[in-house]
Amino acid sequence: MKKFQLAAMAATALVAFGGAALAGPTLDAVKARGQLICGVNTGTAGFSAANSQGVWTGIDVDLCKAVAAALWGDVSKVKYVPLTAQQRFTALQSGEIDILSRNTTATLTRDTSLGINFTGVNFYDGQGFMVPNKLGVKSAKELNGATVCVQPGTTTELNLADYFRGQKMEFKPVVIEKLEEVNNAYFSGRCDVYTTDASGLASIRATVAPKPEDHTILPELISKEPLGPSVRHGDDQFTDLVRWAHFVMLEAEEYGITAANLDQMAKSDNPGIQRLLNVAGKDGKTAALGSMLGVPDTWAYNIIKLVGNYGESFERNVGMGSPLKLPRGSNALWSKGGLQYAWPVR
Amino acid sequence: MAISAGPAKPPARKFSWNDPAVRGLFYQALAIGAVVFIIWYLASNTVANLNARSIATGFAFMNRESGFAIGENLISYGPADTYLRALVVGLLNTLRVAVAGILLATILGTLIGIARLSGNFFIAKAASIYVEVLRNLPLLLQLFFWYAVISETMPGPREALKPLPGFFLSNRGFKFPLPVDNVAWDFAAIGLLLAIIAVFVVRAWAKKRRDATGQQFPTGWTALALIVGLPLLGWIIGGAPTAMDVPAMRGFNFVGGGTLSPEFAALLIGLVTYTAAFIAEIVRSGILAVSKGQTEAAEAVGLSKAQTLRMIVLPQALRVIVPPMTSQYLNITKNSSLAVAIGYPDLVSIANTTINQTGQAIEGVAIIMGVYLTISLSIAAFMNWYNKRIALVER
Repeated sequence: MKKFQLAAMAATALVAFGGAALAGPTLDAVKARGQLICGVNTGTAGFSAANSQGVWTGIDVDLCKAVAAALWGDVSKVKYVPLTAQQRFTALQSGEIDILSRNTTATLTRDTSLGINFTGVNFYDGQGFMVPNKLGVKSAKELNGATVCVQPGTTTELNLADYFRGQKMEFKPVVIEKLEEVNNAYFSGRCDVYTTDASGLASIRATVAPKPEDHTILPELISKEPLGPSVRHGDDQFTDLVRWAHFVMLEAEEYGITAANLDQMAKSDNPGIQRLLNVAGKDGKTAALGSMLGVPDTWAYNIIKLVGNYGESFERNVGMGSPLKLPRGSNALWSKGGLQYAWPVR
Repeated sequence: MAISAGPAKPPARKFSWNDPAVRGLFYQALAIGAVVFIIWYLASNTVANLNARSIATGFAFMNRESGFAIGENLISYGPADTYLRALVVGLLNTLRVAVAGILLATILGTLIGIARLSGNFFIAKAASIYVEVLRNLPLLLQLFFWYAVISETMPGPREALKPLPGFFLSNRGFKFPLPVDNVAWDFAAIGLLLAIIAVFVVRAWAKKRRDATGQQFPTGWTALALIVGLPLLGWIIGGAPTAMDVPAMRGFNFVGGGTLSPEFAALLIGLVTYTAAFIAEIVRSGILAVSKGQTEAAEAVGLSKAQTLRMIVLPQALRVIVPPMTSQYLNITKNSSLAVAIGYPDLVSIANTTINQTGQAIEGVAIIMGVYLTISLSIAAFMNWYNKRIALVER
């Protein structure tokens, strides 16, 4: 009998050395598949939400579209995977999605121990509080003893605890996973206060509240929430592509290039615009920046043509052209007093 | 050396594939090898992939500060405490709803099960409708229903209903007065403990005396007197304090007193009403399993109705009832993890948050599985012990 056990063990040992497979670099996999799989929110108007026809729109969706535009000049080659706050990192880690563009806050712990990389910030946000007007609360400092509705698994939950600890105030959290159920709990009066990113509050107030004018977002922002897309750690080439797709949209806004005036701007003799749109300069050569990223050289042209510049995307999804009516604030270009700043595309 | 003339040893078997014992061993070795290999392969693959993606592993996070708050806690807890303590808070919340659920579902289920056998047409029909409706609707749906009923129909805390002075009913939950902490209550608790021990002693003594002399002893009344009397005595010795911590509306919410939160209430009501439907059927089948001849025979020897039920029908019915009851108790415990959908901070809810804050999903899921397995096996072990105890002793 010993003999058989030994033989069996030897056999298993041999097979076993095949071991642990690793996913190949994302960029090659995405190109081979001909489709970008993008993790988005289950439904936050302005960031990522599907309409009644199942068409996804939002500022986070536009980022995925920009990557698809850079790769193939076709924004329909994106598959959207709606994820809850709790599912999102596992989905990215396990390779179920290529890119997580789901109003996710970049933090040190996430950047390191989760094995993911944030490529940039497409929306600067801060955590706020929303209260019904009938409570007569004017400031977050008056919230001692309040019951607070919050979604689990977010930095929101931690900031909330930190803020109340810092102010030496008490609170009772009501933690519910599904966004619809948290919304219900707040609007049915189970909680006094609803907390999430200020943009999210504006979105919920505009789209879910029975009477939006009955609810106030308090002036205090209790945290920094740099929201941005992330990819798996160690996929440097893909990280670069996502980062620069966002920068192209910013750069286009800075040069005043829009989807509408793109072809006209291509005739410009501004060397920066020529480089961005890959138009031959005085020396008759093109910058060929796309090739360096591993995508066609028309990448930037396609992004602007199909998605527009950052300002257009912002106004269409969350700004004055949308129900959210958020001001540009910190998300204005650096040249206009905001924080959005693209590294030179050259 | 002389060889003793014992029974002759059979000749040593030659190795042969035709020998069924050899084949049996071979297949067993193969099966064990396959299982070990699969476990090893999964584990090593996981570790290799986690390392390759630089995802942290290990249970070191348990001693880090959690940083998040929990709505309901039986032991003191704040965001400055560790993940370990947060998980313990979650475990206690799970046990709290499971224990209360098991007790209430057993009582309600037994009542409905007996009602189904009632001679009264309306009671029997009402009980069958209850069973058929409740056990055929998904539990998650029922939980959402109860939670919506509670949070939508209850008024806000400032307009809270006052069914009794000091009691408040609002969408923040049910608030009730609690006695102010006092050493007298500890004495009362000790009194209760002593009373329970005394009841067992008295019962054993009474049984012995009955077996020896045939004389009856009013065990029931003595037990009642002990259970009420001893804690009362402890309370009086402690100075008979009557101060109560009455909840009062201050700012946003009630301060003081005890709370039954809407989430706990919805989960408990949902679990109890759902599981009671199954328990009712088990109880009904158990009672029907005892043949009518047993009851008639008991009546013939002059036992009263209560004695017949207690000494003849119940012991025999329990043998049929207990084994399937075990799986219902396990179901309550496991179904309590649906709490996450309506915001009750049970173990799964807290572990999910922990997984999300630390990113260590494998460890988190392992903790959840380990805890549920332990609880379930403990319940099963207890019920098996009880089942053996009440099993028919054959002489």
